[in-house]
Amino acid sequence: MDDQVNVAEARKGFKWVGTSPVRPDGVPKVTGRAMYGADMKMPGTLVGKILRSPHAHARIVSIDTSRAAALPGVRAVITAADFPEQNFEYIGPERVAVNFWHVTRNIMAREKALYEGHAVAAVAAISDSVAAAACALIDVQYEVLPHVIDVDAAMAPDAPLLFADMITRGVEPAPTRPSNVSKRLEFKIGDLDTGFAAADVVIEHEFKTATVHQAYIEPHACSARIEADGQGEIWASSQGHFAVRALTAKLMGMPVGDLRVYPAEIGGGFGGKTVVYLEPVAAMLSKKSGFPVRLAMSREEVFRATGPTSGASMWVKIGVTKDGKLVAADGVFKFQAGAFPGSPVMNACLCAFAPYDIANARAVGYDVVCNRPKAAAYRAPGSPISAFAVESVLDMLAKKIGMDPLELRLKNAARIGTPTIFGPKHAHNGYPETVQALLDHPGYRAPLGKNQGRGAASGYWFNGGGESSATMQVNADGTVLVATGSPDIGGSRASMAIMAAETLGVDYKQVRAIVADTGSVGYTHVTGGSRVTFATGTAVVDATKTIIKDLCRRAAMIWDVDPEAVVWEDGHARPAGANAGAFPPLSLKDIAAKAAQTGGSITAAASVNAGGQAPGFSTQFCDVEVDPETGKVTILRFVAAQDVGRAIHPAYVEGQIQGGVVQGIGWALNEEYIYNARGLLDNPGFLDYRCPVASDLPMIEAVLVEVPNPAHPYGAKGVGEVNICPPMAAIANAIENAIGRRLTELPMSPPKVLAAIDGPDAGAGA
Amino acid sequence: MSKHHVTTTINGEETEFLCETQETLLDVLRNTLNLTGSKEGCASGDCGACSVIADGTLVCSCLMLGVEAEGKTITTVEGIADGETLHPVQRQFLEHAALQCGFCTPGFIVATKALLDANPDPTEEEARYWLAGNLCRCTGYDKIIRAVMDAAAEMRGEARAA
Ligand code: FES
Ligand code: FES
Repeated sequence: MDDQVNVAEARKGFKWVGTSPVRPDGVPKVTGRAMYGADMKMPGTLVGKILRSPHAHARIVSIDTSRAAALPGVRAVITAADFPEQNFEYIGPERVAVNFWHVTRNIMAREKALYEGHAVAAVAAISDSVAAAACALIDVQYEVLPHVIDVDAAMAPDAPLLFADMITRGVEPAPTRPSNVSKRLEFKIGDLDTGFAAADVVIEHEFKTATVHQAYIEPHACSARIEADGQGEIWASSQGHFAVRALTAKLMGMPVGDLRVYPAEIGGGFGGKTVVYLEPVAAMLSKKSGFPVRLAMSREEVFRATGPTSGASMWVKIGVTKDGKLVAADGVFKFQAGAFPGSPVMNACLCAFAPYDIANARAVGYDVVCNRPKAAAYRAPGSPISAFAVESVLDMLAKKIGMDPLELRLKNAARIGTPTIFGPKHAHNGYPETVQALLDHPGYRAPLGKNQGRGAASGYWFNGGGESSATMQVNADGTVLVATGSPDIGGSRASMAIMAAETLGVDYKQVRAIVADTGSVGYTHVTGGSRVTFATGTAVVDATKTIIKDLCRRAAMIWDVDPEAVVWEDGHARPAGANAGAFPPLSLKDIAAKAAQTGGSITAAASVNAGGQAPGFSTQFCDVEVDPETGKVTILRFVAAQDVGRAIHPAYVEGQIQGGVVQGIGWALNEEYIYNARGLLDNPGFLDYRCPVASDLPMIEAVLVEVPNPAHPYGAKGVGEVNICPPMAAIANAIENAIGRRLTELPMSPPKVLAAIDGPDAGAGA
Repeated sequence: MSKHHVTTTINGEETEFLCETQETLLDVLRNTLNLTGSKEGCASGDCGACSVIADGTLVCSCLMLGVEAEGKTITTVEGIADGETLHPVQRQFLEHAALQCGFCTPGFIVATKALLDANPDPTEEEARYWLAGNLCRCTGYDKIIRAVMDAAAEMRGEARAA
């Protein structure tokens, strides 16, 4: 593939790292044999179905399940009363804190239904049609309450309250009146007044983004079986089966050790499958009925009841000197959390100005509840939203001072040692390199035609490390098994096999990588936060190194020499030097054949809590053409440069970038949750929630910039997320370049573009 | 609920099944015949994950009733490979890394087979429009389109494009 040429350099010295072999789990995925969440059927399985609120906001006066329970073929009916109450407390680091009082109410409404689609009861029955009939027989009495959908409206003093006792956290002194604002955050560096005083040009603007869904193609699905002794198994499609186990056990009130969770293949997640919706419900239905229960959402349920990412209302102000030095930046970010606290607004604040060296900066965030499904993680959660605002203002500033927008970014690029508003200084380079890669790209200076424009933008994401485990076994025939606890969403089995084969010095095909269940490998955190290649990859390499040591020890036994007299080279144990003796090298197969005589099975396990992950930086430019008659925006070219550390499997790295960019294109141009006056979602399907399709797009050019991360054995950095941060602003900037009008509200759908063409320029400062 | 008796041909084999009136062909394939390769992404004809070929026409099996399969010849993703030999479309998808989660892949494989049966030499634009009924949320379609173009070239006996 010609687009791999740019990584040829990194491939030097490696046999497998930097190549793109076919994934080990590929064939079942092209023949239809791979088993996803809804494909598993245990013997005797019942069909589960959830009854959901038809109202955006309503008090649940009563639920009568007696007629449903009496219907022939119904085996169990449950409501929130079947689940134990949870303590009201925020647990875990603030960025991702969880409050189980909220979680249990999200999987099954208690006092109130807080959004349309909120689960209120569930049934298990012998068929789909009986389950549907049973749901219709459940009598729920609602007292409908006024609702609030928009974030600014939810912050108004007279807004309907979702929780009558919610006192805003993070405000001193604490407010005396309840509101929908769950939390206020502020991060600050330097002195804003001094900073803005030094600026020659200051531009401020307001921005809005729409709620968008991850829109993985596979709806949530699982099967659960709880035995009479309380032990159980779950088969689920998720981004982390250990997380499913922990959350389900907690919500069921059962010991973690009584639950075993098997990872099904997962049909996309993008953050949205890091939480549970169905698993505790299926488990409770199984417990109550005594049969296995399968529960799968319809697409409509996915849209109405699972986490989209927040829509937001923002204000950003940035000052620059006339020679292009950014001197001050300020921003206010108001995020919809959905029905329960926990929007990604903290990330939005921390990432907003992170690519830049700005001495005086502040970011203020508000986490605001409203009658929408509870927000869940979506690819670099929060960062793309603030990036839309910040990167739009940077473009306005560049235009005003007559500087190339990429040159402006390069001049102010964060490097090792640059301070951040969140405390620690930047510890990695990689950002300026992505800007330079685009400045050097021939397309960046190519001429544009009529109604065409070019725009650029950048993005930042932390990337993750954390807990991962791997085990390795050398089989009797010298083949190698690598098992990890990381569900494979985008080809990670291939990267794990590559790293193991590289470290071991054997053929890639000799190594088989699998995803093991919670009973068969050590605890592993979710596949999310762009952490798998980094953290789980480190665990795989650690386990491989332990195996190598063991193989050398066994070779020494076979040769009857000291273990120090054996080295591992090129997939073989060899005598360390002339003094070690003249033995022919031993292959994995040779040593495996003598496993019984040298201590039994050759296996190793490694667990890490990986630190030292490097952040992701991405810079992108695109060319668009705007149809002045219809307002339709066509993407002509898209070039995305990203610092990937080192690409372990370049084709899948490119795939992450291309996929993230296209999700960003959808976010920019089409996707949005549309509510009617009653607070009901009007477009809960793929026809009206318009994701990009093949005919909307050109090829997406991924430029892999490689600034290796010294904390990973092969230099890898997380690559999954940061690519979705720049597209919205890059496209807005390109549209402005094409039509001379600045769009500040997403999505930039044809009616809005047309209104901008016909109306006054919203970007008065530009 | 009384069931209908349907006789049809699926992946070259005469097949009989019973189904309820409202059951879709997708329900029957997945739940009754255990052919779970066809996926349900939407059940409304908008994602293409359930694509099958019925009497030579590419259809969404979620939009066809089980009873409508009577007398028809149906090809599902399970019927694309020739025994252990992958179809060129399947092989090119693997070699191009044209799948990430793989959930959309069965639909794309079937839709691409139907495209190349109808038009062995599509332009990139024709391929993009033919496949516009198949959603993929992971790949951005870049590598899918490359795989389709290379599979077409291979099946025409031409050298690979890249
Ligand atoms: S499931 Fe048939 S088109 Fe989506
Ligand atoms: S590969 Fe995941 S939807 Fe296409």
